[in-house]
Amino acid sequence: MSTILAESATVSSEPESIKRRRGGLWRAILHNRKAVVGLVLFLLFCLAAAFPHIFVPWLHGPPDKVGAFDSELHPSLHHWLGTTQLGQDVYAELIYGTRESLIIALVAGAGATIISVLIGVSAAYLGGLADDALSLFTDVFLVLPAFPLIIVLATFAGKGNLTVVVLVLIVTGWSYGARQMRAQGLSLRNRDFLESARVRGERRSYIILVEVLPTMTSLIAASFLGAALYSVLTAAGLQFIGLGDSSSLSWGTMLYWAQNQSALLSGFPAWALAPGVAVALLGVSFALLNYAFDEIGNPALRPVRRHRVKRANP
Amino acid sequence: MRFLLRRLGFFVLTLWAAMTLNFFIPRMMPGNPAQAIKAQLNHSGHIASPAQLNALLASYGFDPHAGLLGQYLTYLKDMVTFDWGVSIGGSSLGTPVRKLIAQALPWTLGLVGTTTVMAFLLGTLIGIVAGWRRGGLIDGVVPPVFVVTSALPYFLVALVAIALLANGPHAPFPNDQNYDIGLQPSWSGQFIGNVLKHAVLPAASILITAIGGWILTMRNNMISTLGEDYVRMARAKGLSNRRIMFGYTARNAFLPNLSGFAMSLGFVVAGTILVEYVFNYPGLGHMFYVATASIDYPLLQVLFMLVTVTVLVCVLLCDFAVFLLDPRARAKG
Repeated sequence: MSTILAESATVSSEPESIKRRRGGLWRAILHNRKAVVGLVLFLLFCLAAAFPHIFVPWLHGPPDKVGAFDSELHPSLHHWLGTTQLGQDVYAELIYGTRESLIIALVAGAGATIISVLIGVSAAYLGGLADDALSLFTDVFLVLPAFPLIIVLATFAGKGNLTVVVLVLIVTGWSYGARQMRAQGLSLRNRDFLESARVRGERRSYIILVEVLPTMTSLIAASFLGAALYSVLTAAGLQFIGLGDSSSLSWGTMLYWAQNQSALLSGFPAWALAPGVAVALLGVSFALLNYAFDEIGNPALRPVRRHRVKRANP
Repeated sequence: MRFLLRRLGFFVLTLWAAMTLNFFIPRMMPGNPAQAIKAQLNHSGHIASPAQLNALLASYGFDPHAGLLGQYLTYLKDMVTFDWGVSIGGSSLGTPVRKLIAQALPWTLGLVGTTTVMAFLLGTLIGIVAGWRRGGLIDGVVPPVFVVTSALPYFLVALVAIALLANGPHAPFPNDQNYDIGLQPSWSGQFIGNVLKHAVLPAASILITAIGGWILTMRNNMISTLGEDYVRMARAKGLSNRRIMFGYTARNAFLPNLSGFAMSLGFVVAGTILVEYVFNYPGLGHMFYVATASIDYPLLQVLFMLVTVTVLVCVLLCDFAVFLLDPRARAKG
């Protein structure tokens, strides 16, 4: 069942069936268990980022208000994850911290993807010397030690500046995707539909934007999810070791303060682990969606369900 | 031969580009090394005369009288000739950078190097089996589980490991350092045992987060390769399953993974900063963190250069290996 649907999604690329194809892709996602779990997790995080007060209706005032509650309470019915040394509710902070972490992931992921598409597709399409130069440029960024570089850049360019963190994530995160884009672009280069566009006398920018890019949608989506996953983990790591804005409200900063107060070793595991688990869950949702996109694009990778096939064809 | 020359050319060019970037990044940033050093010196109670300050600056290629080009050339020469200057960080002020690196390198190589190789070998093996037994019991469990583990942040795994196994007075494992304080390094059984005990948790947390990626890519490569004609041909010839699995499918599925492995091997030298930070493990990653926190330019420059060179050397070796292993690469070149 699911294979047939997904095949119609990948096979029918004639322009007349664009609407149907989209429906096919959507259904393919809904029929993929990994994709559904990833999507539900992701939507939950979006909800928490957009409307945090839904999850903590009892909270009055800002969630990081110092001394709102007794300090260092253990998890209880009133404070699900306990409170910090400054008397903030950990659960409320966690919910309100979603926004910054999610924004970093999405903005940095989108930025890195845009650059990788621009550079990868241009390299593949232009060819020759331009390709050599762009490929070299990509490879240099690929071999640069990303996390050390991020640490240095974030420190020198002003600790905790959110824009800097996002920019640094983009600079260090685009190269892998660009390589994939280039490979995919190269395989498309000599297809007939591009040849015919060239013969029609279309401009290069038109060919790249209207003819090449739509055929790369699933790779672009996968690349975006990969970059977003990388950004979530890296940004949290950066804030965790104290290179973020220590007064901002995000999971990484919560981790930093918990570690700073050695919450883990002094008997407050919930305070130290909850933000880490949140980072992991957001990461998992990106990774699941990413893997599901792989499966949708390449049916061979999907899990085999022998029993279902038997029932479907008695 | 052309292929190899091309790769060699790429090696030199990338190395130059990375080192140049390495030179310019600190100089593009606001602030000035002279101020940083002065503040550093004042902070740690030393009062430097202008002459001393200039000598210090000159020792890592920052001769105030030379122009940017002059500085750049001196920097390149110093990096290549192993003339790495002295550290200007707070706690290691005046220690030669070479000595600092020699102290930290073995720990990182031992911990991160071993675990990286282990993760790759184990992951590849599991991937081969999962891909081969398509739809089997292992293949049903492997993808979902390892998609999840590959998205876990290092530090979370490390923190959970500490919370479970290194917390409290009777914990089975220590939660920081590379060996117990007060122990004399030696080749005795007691010392080696102690070192291993300190390495278990950091190694496990690296292994858990690193292995998933290898398994998944290897499994997917296996599945794609199983559809190739030469695998069908091997089956038609009636070869044994094991021979098809390892000699035909795995051998070809393995090649694309090799360059990824080479890169991760190169990044070993960068250490896993987060894990070494959480466990206070005195490797290069931890040193990187300390060097950044104390704005230790000379140390940072050398660390950067080391990582880039190692990555590039590993990638180059991998190119040679592919050249030897894959006749198609030879034919192309």
